[in-house]
Amino acid sequence: MTAARASVRVESRIARPADEIWALVGDPTRQHEWFPGIVGCTVDGDVRTITTGAGLVLPERLLTVDRLQRRLQYRITAPMVREHLGTIDVHDLGDGTSLVVYATDAEPAVVALVIGGAAANALEHVRDLLEGAR
Amino acid sequence: MTTRRKILLVTTDQQRYDTLGCNGGILARTPVVDALAAGGIRYERAHPQAAVCMPSRSTILTGQHPATHGVWMNGVPLPEDAPSVAEVLRRAGYRTALVGKSHFEPYLDPFLRFPENALGRTGTTPAGGVHRGFEHLELATHGPVGPLHYARWLAEHHPESVGGFYRVLDASMQVNAEGGGDTGAPQVAVNPIERGWYHTDWVADRTIAWLDSLGSADDWFCWMSFPDPHHPWDPPQSEVGRIDWRDVPLPAGYPQSAAERERILDAKPRHWRLWYDGELVSNYEAPAAWVPATLTADQVREVNARNAVECELIDEALGRVLARIAERGWGDDVDVVFTTDHGELQGDFGLLFKGPYHVDALMRLPLVWRPAPSSGPVPAVVARPVGLLDLAPTFCAIAGVEPPGWMQGRPLPCDDDDAGARRFERVLTAWDSELFGVDVHLRTVTRDGWVLTAYLAGTVHDGTEGELYDLAADPLQQVNLWDDPARRAVREDLLGDLWDHQPPQRVPRLRVEAPV
Repeated sequence: MTAARASVRVESRIARPADEIWALVGDPTRQHEWFPGIVGCTVDGDVRTITTGAGLVLPERLLTVDRLQRRLQYRITAPMVREHLGTIDVHDLGDGTSLVVYATDAEPAVVALVIGGAAANALEHVRDLLEGAR
Repeated sequence: MTTRRKILLVTTDQQRYDTLGCNGGILARTPVVDALAAGGIRYERAHPQAAVCMPSRSTILTGQHPATHGVWMNGVPLPEDAPSVAEVLRRAGYRTALVGKSHFEPYLDPFLRFPENALGRTGTTPAGGVHRGFEHLELATHGPVGPLHYARWLAEHHPESVGGFYRVLDASMQVNAEGGGDTGAPQVAVNPIERGWYHTDWVADRTIAWLDSLGSADDWFCWMSFPDPHHPWDPPQSEVGRIDWRDVPLPAGYPQSAAERERILDAKPRHWRLWYDGELVSNYEAPAAWVPATLTADQVREVNARNAVECELIDEALGRVLARIAERGWGDDVDVVFTTDHGELQGDFGLLFKGPYHVDALMRLPLVWRPAPSSGPVPAVVARPVGLLDLAPTFCAIAGVEPPGWMQGRPLPCDDDDAGARRFERVLTAWDSELFGVDVHLRTVTRDGWVLTAYLAGTVHDGTEGELYDLAADPLQQVNLWDDPARRAVREDLLGDLWDHQPPQRVPRLRVEAPV
């Protein structure tokens, strides 16, 4: 049988300090600035609402915004997604570079794969944005 | 001014070799393609380089093996800067269009990240004026949902028809297992849509509209790409009565007793039987919730009847396009190539759909090339193996352009003597899939009347498994000779040939970005 849920992890090593990367990806109001395909992003308390390029409006609940660990977690709360946890971690590698990890756990499983694919593309975009800004 | 030969590439999706009259098919009436075959070249052993849409279509466009162009499974987008035969022809002065199903980029795209999905909103001319060598793209897939041109057209002009199509995905966004029709067969539905609004006729209509936009002196390359007869099997209900499924004979490849099916499957590598029993889903292309062992003989009949109706509609739509080409005065100067991206199990072994199963149901493709009558073609049948990667260099040859070095195929042979002289000896096919923790990897060579598949290590394979079939003695591939001591020499010879001819691998490997 196929799995009902799936876990997908993508990562990117970026030649910029962790705090600089966190300032972008750790700010829940800025996701549309670095995630291609998200065209709108609003935050009201712990509720974030994103709009995708296809016009899909997805409500989310912010679970963790931890500046010290550099961890952001959120959950898509749209009815079509039975279970979801998105986790973004920024790790300082100690050599002026950082590892950004974007993990997606979801049921239905297909959701994890679709978001994971877009997230991998988004991390490449973050790298281009920040490394190009040097 | 010298007139160059124009090129109409006609592809269908997931069509078996034996669905054409010219290939011995007995269900669908396909007089248009049959006539092309009678006046041109019919290939009896044309194979895809991958038995699934995105890798195979990328091979048609690039003329490269999947290992090289990098689209190793569905959900891996072909890089935008990948080589393209359409671009070669465009630079040679051809007007270029792709109408219908492209599928070089994933369809499941809620973020609308991929240009072909985004194009539905902006028109038919891509940003920058060209995409993958095409100056005009007007796109469709198997239904009315999504961002592509056909879905938008149907929603705008015939919104009442949208709900009549089969729902391709279920609530879990898996390929839907829901049954319908008279027999409850999966991916079958009664679709009340008017025939003229169905995507098959839409593709022909839009192709004609594009051709009508051209000047008489233009040289052109048009890829007309029908989404059918790929499931769902929901053709316009007005046409379903053409073939009563109750009259449809069971295919020769369908073993009629469960014991016989299981005996045949048990002689193949494990994933065959595991899928049949519903214990392993290795890929996204078949409904995950459907268990093949539940397939009934009547369901096979109904699926085959509906599939045949879809093949007839395609044939008639192609006939309309060819008639318009003749009216434009181009008839003598147009090469027509008809083929598909891969096959369909359609009841063979008690299975439907497709997957990592390298047998004729999925690998032996319809391929007909009717060279421009002005070139004086001699009708022929080619029995030697050719591949879809030979199409791109064929188009270059038709256009009088030297095939670029990055193309890995060769212009198709005109007959078996030509094929022998140019040593068309083997054709390669590969399957790779890694989905939700399950991976399967096959490498296949077809040569000298044999088809050999070697398995790499994966979730349910240890890398020692294989399949070996004698295509003359066992045309249904029901007797696996891999472990037959009497065939050991043949097996070792073919294995050596297989590994000696593996294509170069793109590095780094491209990422899976969606399930399909």
